[in-house]
Amino acid sequence: MSATAELAAVRLAATPPGRRARLFARAIRTPGGLVGIVTVLAWILVGVAAPLLAPYDPFAIEGPALAAPSAAYPFGTDDLGRDLLSGVIWGARTSLIVAAGVAVLVVVIGSAVGLLSGYRGGWVDDALMRSTEAFQVLPRFFLALVVIAFFGPGLDKLVLVLGVTSWPLLARVVRAEVLALRSREFVEAARVQGATWNRILLREILPNALPPAIALLGLVVAQVILIEASLGFLGLGDPNVTSWGALASEAQRFLRVAWWLSLFPGLAILLAVLGLNLLGDAVTDALSGRR
Amino acid sequence: MTRRYVLRRLAQVIPTTAAILVLGFLLIHLAPGDPVLALAGQNGDAEYYAFVREKFGLDESLPSQLATYAGNVVRGDLGTSYVQGRPVSQVIGERLPATLLLTSTALVVSTAVGIGVGVFAATRRRRWPDVTVSLTTLTLYAAPVFLLGQLAILLLALRLGWFPVQGMTDADGPATGIGHVLDVAHHLALPALALASQEIAAVARLSRIGLLDELARDHIRTARAKGVSERAVVLRHALRRALLPVVTVLGGRVGHLVAGAIVVEVVFGWPGLGRLLVTAMQNRDAPIVLGVFLLVAVTVVVANLLTDLVYAFLDPRVRYR
Repeated sequence: MSATAELAAVRLAATPPGRRARLFARAIRTPGGLVGIVTVLAWILVGVAAPLLAPYDPFAIEGPALAAPSAAYPFGTDDLGRDLLSGVIWGARTSLIVAAGVAVLVVVIGSAVGLLSGYRGGWVDDALMRSTEAFQVLPRFFLALVVIAFFGPGLDKLVLVLGVTSWPLLARVVRAEVLALRSREFVEAARVQGATWNRILLREILPNALPPAIALLGLVVAQVILIEASLGFLGLGDPNVTSWGALASEAQRFLRVAWWLSLFPGLAILLAVLGLNLLGDAVTDALSGRR
Repeated sequence: MTRRYVLRRLAQVIPTTAAILVLGFLLIHLAPGDPVLALAGQNGDAEYYAFVREKFGLDESLPSQLATYAGNVVRGDLGTSYVQGRPVSQVIGERLPATLLLTSTALVVSTAVGIGVGVFAATRRRRWPDVTVSLTTLTLYAAPVFLLGQLAILLLALRLGWFPVQGMTDADGPATGIGHVLDVAHHLALPALALASQEIAAVARLSRIGLLDELARDHIRTARAKGVSERAVVLRHALRRALLPVVTVLGGRVGHLVAGAIVVEVVFGWPGLGRLLVTAMQNRDAPIVLGVFLLVAVTVVVANLLTDLVYAFLDPRVRYR
């Protein structure tokens, strides 16, 4: 689990809710926030438009083997003569799919657990928080290894195992928000009007509790991308798609002769993770009233 | 430290460890096909499968299987690797020292260097050393560990020739004595550095923020007003509380470091658990993978326990909560 995401969660939980609407705009006006949002948008754009942007098929043998970067092959080629730029572009799509899938699972599970735990309190809260702690100490990377060993590799399984284990931080932030919100006037008002508790949770509390949790999501997803890359590097990614980690793993055999095979996929991962961290930091800083 | 806090915290370890065991058990049974394949690996023969079926009581009810399984694991029996023809605990035990050496070196280095860098940056706030440190740590924090490892090999080992490229010892190096220690240390330098760098960045960022928060407090202003030297203000008055956030994340960092070590070992040909895991994955030798998972998970639980106890020792408020 990311050390700084952990700290940001503590900070966020201590922030009074309200007046957060314009904060996102303020966050992306800081230098870090601006670089972050531009990088993340570029990554998303490349991932979505990969078929249009990639000059070649990433699996097709196009040029000479192990050619250094040139005008025809800006990032060079691998040992089979496949274009590395195309590989990196398609790799963006793979990491984007994993990130998006995990993000959805994390938001759904995290807010469900956080809402229930914070609103019901009592033994429900105790039980849910205990399991949150248990999930938090699970080594996700090794659990993913076990799942791949038992069930075979595949993006769907990867998304599932990383999503099902990455929500604790979000749950804790949502829970803290709910605790702060549930005795506020607008919630009391809804209760007095006879709203059912799940209506109060979903319509009154959730929309207010979600923004700080979403801000953390960037930091959580950044860690997920690093895990996905590590698995790809170990040769455990989905064999049917190109991924940044798998490309870097090919580089390992040709380090002496082809530095570009290592550098470009690695830099792509670094940029995506850096962008997400910068964006996440900027938004959490703005939300918690720092700077 | 109050005994009640220690006991209560110790008691929390039991359900967590039980949950990890049950999770391992569930995965064995959720895996497609016969659970005997998950327990014995894909390459066994009928006779061996019958033996495993008997040993784990696979023909009995699920709860009694769970009891058998948990009993075996608690006794340190993690099953047998059919591919290697040896107990999993023995195979892991052989590889463990190399990984322990690598991760503990990285843990010590990253804690010491990270705190140093954090203090350096915080005491030069908003000036160029601080900005440089912030940008560097941000970048390191985002860099995948294999990129750092490969770049280190490219620049420091292949280009400059300062460090060996692969392995733990030279083939013709001395096998014992101080020469052997130096040989291993020489091989350890790059992998440990690659593994430590992301953690250095994390610790540096945490201790910088912690120290900045602390230096803004009233008791620091008082100390300065009384003429205490800036060095003593930082090191004696501010640093202890400033480092609390660094202690909080120690337990989490252990899990993170071991995961990183697996990758680093593959990059540098370090003969630890990483190579073992990759081979086991290729051979579909599931018992080894599950064994390593259980070992790492329990290690992280214990590391978190120790972290909390250290934290309670440093910050009395926690003990009485």
